[in-house]
Amino acid sequence: MINTLVQAILLGGYYALIACGLAFMFQVMRIINLAHGSLAILSAYLVWMITDALSLSPFVSVLIILPIMALIGWLLQRVILERATQGGELLPVLTTFGLSIVIDNLLFQQFGANTRSLASAVGDLSWESYEVFGLWIGKLPVIILGTAIVVIGGLDLMLRFTSLGRQIRATAFDPDTAGLVGIDARKIAALSAAIAMMTVAISGTALGLRGTFDAYAGAPQLLFAFEATIIGGAGSLWGVLIGGMILAIAQSVGALIHPQGFLLGGHFIFLAFLFARIYLTREFFSLHHWFGKGTKKVVKHEN
Amino acid sequence: MKIKRSNAYSKLTLISSMLLFVMLMMVPFFASENVLERLTVLFIYIILAAMWNTLAGFGGLISIGQQLFFGLGAYATIRLANAGIPPFTALLMASLLVGLLSWPISKFMLHLRAAEFGIGMWVLASVGHLLVNLDPLIQGETGTSLISLNTYNIEVRRILIYLVGLVCMAGLLVGLFYLLRSKAGIAMQAIRDNEDAADSIGIDAQTVKTWFFIFAAFGTALAGGLWLAQASSFQPKTYFSVQWTAYMIFMVLVGGIGRFEGAILGALLFFIVETWFAATGVWYLVGLGAVAVFCSLFLPKGLWGLIETRLGICLIPVGYQVKGHVLKDGTFKEDVFNEDAFKKDALKKGKP
Repeated sequence: MINTLVQAILLGGYYALIACGLAFMFQVMRIINLAHGSLAILSAYLVWMITDALSLSPFVSVLIILPIMALIGWLLQRVILERATQGGELLPVLTTFGLSIVIDNLLFQQFGANTRSLASAVGDLSWESYEVFGLWIGKLPVIILGTAIVVIGGLDLMLRFTSLGRQIRATAFDPDTAGLVGIDARKIAALSAAIAMMTVAISGTALGLRGTFDAYAGAPQLLFAFEATIIGGAGSLWGVLIGGMILAIAQSVGALIHPQGFLLGGHFIFLAFLFARIYLTREFFSLHHWFGKGTKKVVKHEN
Repeated sequence: MKIKRSNAYSKLTLISSMLLFVMLMMVPFFASENVLERLTVLFIYIILAAMWNTLAGFGGLISIGQQLFFGLGAYATIRLANAGIPPFTALLMASLLVGLLSWPISKFMLHLRAAEFGIGMWVLASVGHLLVNLDPLIQGETGTSLISLNTYNIEVRRILIYLVGLVCMAGLLVGLFYLLRSKAGIAMQAIRDNEDAADSIGIDAQTVKTWFFIFAAFGTALAGGLWLAQASSFQPKTYFSVQWTAYMIFMVLVGGIGRFEGAILGALLFFIVETWFAATGVWYLVGLGAVAVFCSLFLPKGLWGLIETRLGICLIPVGYQVKGHVLKDGTFKEDVFNEDAFKKDALKKGKP
C-alpha cells in the first residue's frame, strides 16, 4: 500500500511536468492548447531521432531540442494562436484541435505504427532503484519528479522576480493596460508560448524515458495534463504538482480496485474535483486560497 | 422596415427538398447496393454535422466528446437488441435513452466554458468508452455485432437501413429547423451572437443550452445506432474514437459554422473528399486537420457563409430577415424598391 502510494507520487511528478506547460499557457494567454499532448510526442520523437543519429544521451539531446521547441512555440503563437484569439474564445479550441490532428498524423506518416522508447538509450538508469526502508524507488522517476519541481519552481521564480515575469503577469492580467505602460503584449505572448513549449520538450523526453510512445499517444497526455491542471485548481503552478499527484494516486487506487480501473480512477477524481469546483466555491480548491500570496492572478478568468 | 421569415429562395428550397425526399425514397427501387450503402453513410454524416453544428454553431459549445453519444447510441442499441427488442425499435429507444442520459450530463457540463467544456466532454467520452468495455456482452475491445439484424435477408436489410437512415435524417433536420425557429432557437442564436447581451434582455441561457445539448445528444446517438446497423459490428475503440468529432468539426467548419445549410454542405463536401482521398490514408487526415485550421482562421463562416454574404442567398430561413442594408456610414437604409412597387401597385388599384 505504502509502495503504491510512493510510486503514484513519483508518477504524479511526470503528470505535473506535462501539465505545467498547459497551465502556464492557460494562465498567461487564457488558451488551453489542445495540441499540447501532440507537441509533447513530437518532442519525444525529436529527442529519439537526435539520440539515435548522434548516439548522444537523451539528457543531452533534450538540450538541443529546447531551442527547437521554443521556436515552434514562438511560431505557434505568432502564426496561429494570435489570430485565433482575436476571433473569440472558441476559435483557439478549434484551431489547436485541428493542429493536433495534423501533428499526430504527420508523426504517424513519418514514424509509422511502431512504438518507440528512449529507455534503451540511458542503459541501466531505466531500471536502477534506491532502496529506502524496504521500498524500491526507481532512480528515473525520482529524476523526473525532481525535474518537475525544478521546472515549476523555475517558472514560479521567473514570474515573481524577473522583469520578464512581471511583464508576463501584467499581460496576463490585462493586455491592453500592459500595452499602455510600454509592454509589447504580442512579444510577451510569443515568449510565453516559447517557454511553455520548452517545458513540453522536457515532458516529452520524460515520457519517452518512462516508457513507450507512438504517434497517437498525444491525446491521453493532453487529458492527463488537463486533469492535473483542473484538479490542481488552474490557479497556480504549484497546484499543478499537487494535482498531478492526486491524479496519479487516484489512478493507482483505481487499478487496485479493478484491473482496468487505472484510467477510470483518474477520470473519476477529475470529475469529482470538477463537481466540487462547480458546486462548492471556485476558490476553495485553488492552492493560493490556502497558502500564499505568490503568483496569484488568474482570479479574473471565467465570468 | 420590413421583417419577414421567408423569401422566394426558401419557398423554392421547401419545394425542392420535398421533391428530393420523395426521390430519395424511390432510390432503392433502381439503385445498386453500393450506391445505397454510400448514401446511407452520407445521411449519417449529415446527421452528425447538423448535430455538432447545433451545439457549436448555435449553442457556442465546442465539444470534443460527441463520440460519447455516438458510441453510447450504438452500445445501447446492442444492449436493447440483445434483450429481445427488434433492431430498429431498439435503435430509436436507445437514442431516446441516450438523450435522457444527456440531461444530467448537461446539468453538470454546461457550467464549463470554452476549452474546459470541450476537453471535459472528451474525458466523459473516455469514461463512457472504459465503462462500456467493462460490460461482458461487449467482450472488451473485441466487440460484438448486432446479430438480430440477420433476421432480415441482406437485400431487405440494406433497403431498410437506407430508408430508416433517410427518415431519421429528414426528421432530425425538420426537428432542428423548428427548434431553431422556436423561441428557444431564437434565444440560442442571440446567445451565440452575444451571451452577455442576451442575458441582459432576460434570456435564460442555461435552459436553452440544455435543450440543444439534449437534442444534439439524441441525434448523435441515432447516428451511432445507424452506423452500427450499417456496419453491423461494434468495437468500442472505433465508436468512441475522437475521430468522429474531428469529422464533425471538419464538416461544420468547412461548410459554415452556425449556418443550417453550412452543416449539410460540409457533410456533402466531406463525403466527396472521403470518397476520393480516403485511400491516401494518413495524408487524408493531415489534410482534414489542415483545412479545419485554415477555415477556422481565415474563413470563420465557412463556405456557406461566403456564399451567403456574396450572393445574399438564404435557403433555409431560421432567423428573421430585414429587408434593407447598412450603408457605408453605418446608417440603415430600407430597400425602398419593394415599397415603391407596392405603392404603385396599390395606386393602380385605386387604394390609398
